[in-house]
Amino acid sequence: MAAPFSWIKPEPHGIYIPPADCWVDPSRAVDNALVTHGHADHARGGHGQTVATPETLAIMELRYRTGAEDDAGEIPHKAVPIEYGETIRLKGGVDATYIPAGHVLGSAQILLEHAGERVIVTGDYKRRADPTCPPFEVTACDIFITEATFGLPVFEHPPIEEEMRKLLDRLAAHPDRCVLVGAYALGKAQRVIAELRAAGHHQPIYLHGAMEKMCRLYEEHGVDLGELRLVADAKKGDLRGAIVISPPSALNDRWSRRLPEPITAMASGWMRVRQRARQRNVELPLVISDHADWSELTRTIREVDAQENWITHGREDALLRWCQLHQRRAKALALVGYEDEDD
Amino acid sequence: MEEFAALIDALVYTRSRNEKLRLIAAYLQATPDPDRGWALAALSDGLDFPAVKSSTIRNLLKDRIDPVLWTLSRDFVGDTAETASLLWPAPQEPPSPPSVSETVELLSAMNRKSVVKELPKLLDRLDSSGRYALLKLATGGMRIGVSSRLAKTAFAQSFDVSVEDVEEYWHGLTPPYADLFAWAADGAAPPDIENLPTFRPFMLAHPLEETVVDLGDYAAEWKWDGIRVQLVRAGGETRLFSRSGDDISATFPELLGVLPMNAVLDGELLVRGNVQGGEAGGAASFNALQQRLGRKTVSKKMLKDYPAFVRLYDVLLLEGEDLRPLPWEQRRGRLEALASRLPASHFDISSVVEATDFEHLSQIREGSREDAIEGLMLKRKDSPYIAGRRVGYWYKWKRDPLLVDCVLMYAQRGSGKRSSFFSDYTFGCWDGDPDEGADLLPVGKAYSGFTDEELKKLDRHVRGNTVNRFGPVRETDKSLVFEVAFDSVHESKRHKSGLAMRFPRIHRIRWDKPPHEADRIEALRALIAD
Repeated sequence: MAAPFSWIKPEPHGIYIPPADCWVDPSRAVDNALVTHGHADHARGGHGQTVATPETLAIMELRYRTGAEDDAGEIPHKAVPIEYGETIRLKGGVDATYIPAGHVLGSAQILLEHAGERVIVTGDYKRRADPTCPPFEVTACDIFITEATFGLPVFEHPPIEEEMRKLLDRLAAHPDRCVLVGAYALGKAQRVIAELRAAGHHQPIYLHGAMEKMCRLYEEHGVDLGELRLVADAKKGDLRGAIVISPPSALNDRWSRRLPEPITAMASGWMRVRQRARQRNVELPLVISDHADWSELTRTIREVDAQENWITHGREDALLRWCQLHQRRAKALALVGYEDEDD
Repeated sequence: MEEFAALIDALVYTRSRNEKLRLIAAYLQATPDPDRGWALAALSDGLDFPAVKSSTIRNLLKDRIDPVLWTLSRDFVGDTAETASLLWPAPQEPPSPPSVSETVELLSAMNRKSVVKELPKLLDRLDSSGRYALLKLATGGMRIGVSSRLAKTAFAQSFDVSVEDVEEYWHGLTPPYADLFAWAADGAAPPDIENLPTFRPFMLAHPLEETVVDLGDYAAEWKWDGIRVQLVRAGGETRLFSRSGDDISATFPELLGVLPMNAVLDGELLVRGNVQGGEAGGAASFNALQQRLGRKTVSKKMLKDYPAFVRLYDVLLLEGEDLRPLPWEQRRGRLEALASRLPASHFDISSVVEATDFEHLSQIREGSREDAIEGLMLKRKDSPYIAGRRVGYWYKWKRDPLLVDCVLMYAQRGSGKRSSFFSDYTFGCWDGDPDEGADLLPVGKAYSGFTDEELKKLDRHVRGNTVNRFGPVRETDKSLVFEVAFDSVHESKRHKSGLAMRFPRIHRIRWDKPPHEADRIEALRALIAD
């Protein structure tokens, strides 16, 4: 009999499953990929076959045109959709089940089972309610492979209602200006819009051109975002007293000069640290993240209660230390290619 | 404290200078005495509470959370006060914030023993923003993008007085500046500082760079390699101030009894020797002066081995007369006339450098390295003595820097604006032939000379090329060459290489240069001037 868990191998470019010849969230193109969610550092283009939720596949299609035909008129990429709760049998007797991760539209944890052993790869996740995707489900397993983007005890995300209140109060105090919110184009932007609607803000929200297609995709998947307009189509006067959403990279870009005295805001978990906000010239920091904060990470490790925890990208040293202090077996994986700059 | 904490947070997140001025002015107008005076002190020079140090805060936190988690958090956040404000356990009771003056009172009453009990009580009365403001105020040096000058300008704007007047009175007063507010806000008589030995702000110079000046309008002086000081006698007391206005009288007791009249003098503090300008120059190198700097008590041996004196540049006040409005030429005349009344043991006058034209002066400057002098000063002959740096009056014309190619060895995260970026670099030179297995020895450390864009690239390089971690320090794979600029190099026992550079900064990043082509220690050693 093979050694326990010899069928799962953390490699620098992703988690490899030898019997299935398959990778989870590989950071380079492979023949067979299981993808947790559509963010670029987890979902790369160019794979031969991708297993993911229909929403994630739609996002990948939008970003990488994975459904495009080649010169021979064939579609070289094979997309294999899998719904939440569904199991797919891979080669070598490995089963993969997709479970909601609560991170963004379509995001999933992947439960891998082989020879009676259970391993979960979380991808990215959070434990807060999010109107744009179903919540994280705690699932029992032997090895829990968790992210650690905000794995430091200084990171505690406040309730999102407080941050929405801050944003709407600032907007109301400056009716002649606009509030420009930098938000990651996939997930964060749509969540902020949906939460603004929930907080009673029903005016049109203006978008940077780069956000439009992803917002439409969310709407097609049943997420109501209210009335959205493009900045490019608006007159300067329309934007006074309005909320504008752009990718973080456009905040200090020439693009924003067309806006009426914008108050620069950014929706990100990093905004908890003052100097991070200052480095990005942010005047109104909004501590909003689609990742688990320190309390959520540690609570999840406790609740899942796996024999062993493997910690991927982020502040792995601190989470590893916490596991050690709480007598939980853990190790850090040195994966390359994951980024956490803008979330 | 809530209003003060809100002001600090607003200042942290404000980019525009005008908006910062407006925020501070609004606070000063709306806040009663003495709270606003303490707040102004905190924003300008910073308050000092000897019982509360960064280490005090660190120790308090390490009693409350795991030390490893504290260190990792502090390292990431890049600021002890902010890390502590975020990690402080939320108190059971709702906040009951003290006023700013009550806070100052409580902090002043703490000693090294009681701080361990009293500071936590104060922290428990505040929310996260309040804790941040408290810890910033308690440890001095806010580092929130507000300079002392900006705070004074905001004060001046808020009460419609001139900032020059504020600067003039400032150093004669102490927090919470009751007299200053009475004068500016309530129209009382201005504070009387004439009979106080107070610091008057220095006149500063711009770098000359590409400018060419007409020697008909400008006079040239040596820029001596010591420290700029102001010697003040008034009200029967003499004090010595550094360039930043710090009172350094205790470090140089030999200068306190030698000024025979009431005056404010501007000059260079040097120790006797024969390096700067040779035998005739009469001054030792900066390295020799450094033996005397920063000491609280001075031994007889120190006084004998490194006797200090002041080489005078200018006279600001003399026996009740304010000479600052006079043109430089006239002040110079007064200074020269004063020379005979000063003891030669402790004073001389910085001579004017005579040159036929700018080209000739340029040649003289070239020679300043052999004379171990920093360079030249050019002063407009009709310039009054004005606090601060005014364009067109005074220029500094330093000799060109020395350059050496070094290899990046270690990097450390910066703080403040650069928090979480690896921005402090230690670099080394080869102790022999790198192709024959020589080692790198650290020769210096620099954290300036690169753009923000370059900083991002350097940060990526460090992260991608780390071979070892020592707490906040990363050791890199020694694959990157820096062209380092520096003013001079000296023998030093502090470094393994036996050398120490002055003002090292990154001149160019040599992404293209293989590390084995970097310089050897001998090349650097050959540049020692003293």
